[in-house]
Amino acid sequence: MEPTKLPPVAPALRARIEDFLAEIARLIDDDAVECWPEAFAEDATYRIIPRDAFEAGQPVGILSCEGRGMMRDRVLALRTANIFEPHRTCHVLGRPRLTPATDGTIEARSTFALYRTQQGGRTELFAAGKYLDRIIERDGALRLASREVVLESGQVDILIVLPI
Amino acid sequence: MFASVAADPAFRWPAEGVSRVPFRLYSDPEIYAREQQRLFRGPIWNYLCLEIDVPNSGDYCQGTIGETPIVVTRDDEGILHALVNRCAHKGALVCLRQRGHADSLTCVYHSWSYDLAGRLQSVAFRHGLRGKGGMPDDFQPSQHRLQPIRLATFCGLVFGSFSDATPDIETFLGPQVAGVLRRNLGRPLKRLGQHSQVIHNNWKLYAENVRDSYHATLLHTFYTTFKINRLDMDGGMILSEDGRHSLSYAKRAQLTESAEYAKVHSAQYKSGLQGPQLLDAFTEFDDGITHMIQTVFPTLTVQLTLNSLAVRFFTPRGIDRTELFWNYLGYADDDENHTAMRVRQANLTGAAGLVSLEDGCINEFVQRGARGSEDVSEFLEMGGTEVASSDGSRATETAIRGFWQGYRALMGL
Repeated sequence: MEPTKLPPVAPALRARIEDFLAEIARLIDDDAVECWPEAFAEDATYRIIPRDAFEAGQPVGILSCEGRGMMRDRVLALRTANIFEPHRTCHVLGRPRLTPATDGTIEARSTFALYRTQQGGRTELFAAGKYLDRIIERDGALRLASREVVLESGQVDILIVLPI
Repeated sequence: MFASVAADPAFRWPAEGVSRVPFRLYSDPEIYAREQQRLFRGPIWNYLCLEIDVPNSGDYCQGTIGETPIVVTRDDEGILHALVNRCAHKGALVCLRQRGHADSLTCVYHSWSYDLAGRLQSVAFRHGLRGKGGMPDDFQPSQHRLQPIRLATFCGLVFGSFSDATPDIETFLGPQVAGVLRRNLGRPLKRLGQHSQVIHNNWKLYAENVRDSYHATLLHTFYTTFKINRLDMDGGMILSEDGRHSLSYAKRAQLTESAEYAKVHSAQYKSGLQGPQLLDAFTEFDDGITHMIQTVFPTLTVQLTLNSLAVRFFTPRGIDRTELFWNYLGYADDDENHTAMRVRQANLTGAAGLVSLEDGCINEFVQRGARGSEDVSEFLEMGGTEVASSDGSRATETAIRGFWQGYRALMGL
């Protein structure tokens, strides 16, 4: 099978999208997770799902949000309600593969590796997988209309509380 | 290293009985080895998989009993078999994929091939090559097979047992447990999702945790604040006659707020939800029960939180490591709207569950906290020292004591 030839995305737009995706990862890694929902459109969806469940078409993953309200609830819960051992994250992002869709949105697929550092100092690979994003432009700013976080493994070490 | 049980014949369970649990039970390798033999291979039924994982002839699915790998198959006649996933020749895994479909099971090492009932069908080079080599003349394929174990199904759950002394499944479960399983799982099921969680603690800490109705609304703030489950709801803890299985239940509509909650951390989170659809629920049963955590000794839990139906199974992966599997289910006749609610409510539990993620670390905190204190014991007197149902109050550790009662009987401790 030959690699798919993708329609070109203007270099300036690609640069904006790459910066946008890097910024979303930074918000999580730099403990600015309150701003993370603002990267999404108001009615956007977000889901973390293991690859096996995703490929089997199963609707339940590990975490899902319908709309920015549920994302803000997640952030509020992790700040005020949930109890867990303090840890930090470090996302390493791959170059996004961009596909313009006919409706004017852009589909982006990028791989990631996510390292987690516990308060004791252990740094470990916590997750690897891909983001399947649909990106739109609203009022001059890029937003995620949907993000599927597809994890290579369906086995989570300890817990997930921060978005990925 | 502290003295192990085998090296220390003086080990005695504390005189107070099951209201005390020595911490060494979570870290002693001798105890761990004894559990594999006496408990997991003892006269009990172990959960293996769901019937919907092996719906058709030729389907297979892996499971585990303690550390022993098991494969469940459905043969050409539709009959289920549970087999130890170990080639009769060299002991390699015969079945590699977690789940699949096959006409036979063939070991990749030397191509010994078994039918789906585990009978040896063929052996590569049995007669050697060009008349040389091969198995001896008296080699009898019928004398070699995958080790079968007993299998039972109940309400879509598949169980296996190594012991001929295990009673039939309904007797093992007892009438209350069987009745509640029929309520929650007694209809055709469909799988909505699955994942697992590795927690860094001995498996028995999770067995306790899931029977611990005392902690649920204290540690898991989300339960309390959004009134999904509180101890001041009408509810109770029902134990099986032998004490080792349990059912914690609550009725969300029957809440009389108690002043005691004003003092607890978990009730201090006042905000409303910005995505309130998370808790949209529909009434499925006319008994008013909206929250159920049912345990089946030793390592199975069935959860129905609002409409979120899940079969949880946990298994030891070493002395201080446990894998917890979350199987999210719906009923085959669910409409789109019902499925959507179950999908949203799945956010409550699992590895990222708003009301369960704390359990991913809390048992590890006990594992770490108890290091070096092997001769100290847990103190479990909430609700008294008895093993008995507690109708009307879940401020009790009775189900944990019940687990230990069942554990001690099997382990001879």
